[in-house]
Amino acid sequence: MILAVDLPYWAQSLLRVLGGTVAVLLPAGTIVYLFLFKMMSFMQSRLGPMEAGPYGSLQLFAEVGKWLQKEDISPAMADKRIFRMAPLVVLVSTFLLVAVVPFGPDAYFTDFDAGVFYMLAVSSISTLGILMAGWSSANKYSLLGGLRAAGQLIAYELPMVLAVLGVVIQAGTMNLQHIVVKQNSDSIFGWDGIGNPYIFTQFIGFIIFMIAVQAELTQTPFDMPIAESELVSGYMTEYSGFRFLIFFIAEFATAGVFALIASVLFLGGWGVPFSWFGWDAADTGSIDNWMNVVGPLIMVTKMVVLAGIIMWVRFSYPRFREDQLQRFAWKVLIPVSLVNIMLTAILKVAF
Amino acid sequence: MPAPKKPQVPGLIKGLGVTLNTMAQTMKPKKFGGGAATVQYPHEKETPPIRARGVIALREDNCTACMLCARSCPDWCIYIEGHKELAPPRRAGGAPRKVNKLDRFDIDYALCMYCGICVEVCPFDALFWSPEYEYSEPKIADLLHDKSKLGEWMETVPEAPALEAGAEKKKGK
Repeated sequence: MILAVDLPYWAQSLLRVLGGTVAVLLPAGTIVYLFLFKMMSFMQSRLGPMEAGPYGSLQLFAEVGKWLQKEDISPAMADKRIFRMAPLVVLVSTFLLVAVVPFGPDAYFTDFDAGVFYMLAVSSISTLGILMAGWSSANKYSLLGGLRAAGQLIAYELPMVLAVLGVVIQAGTMNLQHIVVKQNSDSIFGWDGIGNPYIFTQFIGFIIFMIAVQAELTQTPFDMPIAESELVSGYMTEYSGFRFLIFFIAEFATAGVFALIASVLFLGGWGVPFSWFGWDAADTGSIDNWMNVVGPLIMVTKMVVLAGIIMWVRFSYPRFREDQLQRFAWKVLIPVSLVNIMLTAILKVAF
Repeated sequence: MPAPKKPQVPGLIKGLGVTLNTMAQTMKPKKFGGGAATVQYPHEKETPPIRARGVIALREDNCTACMLCARSCPDWCIYIEGHKELAPPRRAGGAPRKVNKLDRFDIDYALCMYCGICVEVCPFDALFWSPEYEYSEPKIADLLHDKSKLGEWMETVPEAPALEAGAEKKKGK
């Protein structure tokens, strides 16, 4: 473990729960304040929240406090149990996602050999939650939003899986930790100055992955499910109080976690190029212990950059129509990612 | 249905540029010509344009309680009461004049829709637009303002701007 302290099982579990909560809530808070409050306002030539704390930095707590105070209403005709469960299912998928993300050579929650597979499987649990929310609200808008969300998330799950496959083929492993090590210890045509982040070789895959993430998060060019001008707020229409807050946190926490995963898959994750310090890729024990502190910081930096791009796109573009959205997924992204996989496979065998 | 137009990539990148430029402009310090297009209202205030329709002010001396404004008001938010009084004659030995005296002139700003017809229709220049806008009240009934309050707002009415060159000057008596 970190700091080379042998902790009893309960303490380790407690640390993991705490770490998981921090790893979910910190990106969510950062994204909401930095991008949703501030960057969006600046992009619209206004200042955003300025009153709560210096430059509105405490606005987040004010908002959370406001949502917690509100009454927890469920509609009379709603399927109450499912209705109450739905936001939690969405949030659980976020927590499960963060479990496989490695933050450092020893700073991870699980070292899981089928990490990529698990990550892709778990991320679609949120679809279930959204469908549950849409169906159980007993509201036309919610139902339409839920169905749109289901159709969209299934459509964009595929290009995402196919985009990640390119990375998996190139790395030869599904373990996210090994993918990070591989990227930082590889070399580009014999030059190992910066390792080999897969964004260079899998650039098409990276673009497709980011587009699919944008759609998975139902951020703006793909926000048909919550299109407020036609569906009020889609599957979230009937939610209020802390259940809405949970949906809200889940949305931005998932954005953060997907940014973390994208940085693991394409940008080299927590690592610095191993050749700088003469670490051995085959033996993770040779990596200096300070990487467990620096690694998470590197990850957070990359997360902020990638989440910034996701939000930047969100604030800039108008929304796709439903048919355009499906057409884009099935007719453009999936064929391109299939070609990408084939090319990767051929080049992998050739070199 | 015609095939939808494909998104144009250069336009997409240009769009990202627009938002990025706006962000850079907003984040630039004020002294370098940056800053937001908005102001932080309670701390700093914009001066409204000189002809802004903020509130309707009343010059009580000019009002003859002719009721034209009250009758032309689309939502009947002007309440006028008056009575006739005898005033001393203009010349010695003449008959005493009859003048209209204003008892009540209230405007209910909860009803007023700021159309300005009353200001237009007033034949004696008793009603004016003032750019004053900070008169919100916690209770809706408190938005009914009487003639003393309307008279106070008279001080905020700006001077009428000079006539344009060549404009016909109103003939005085």
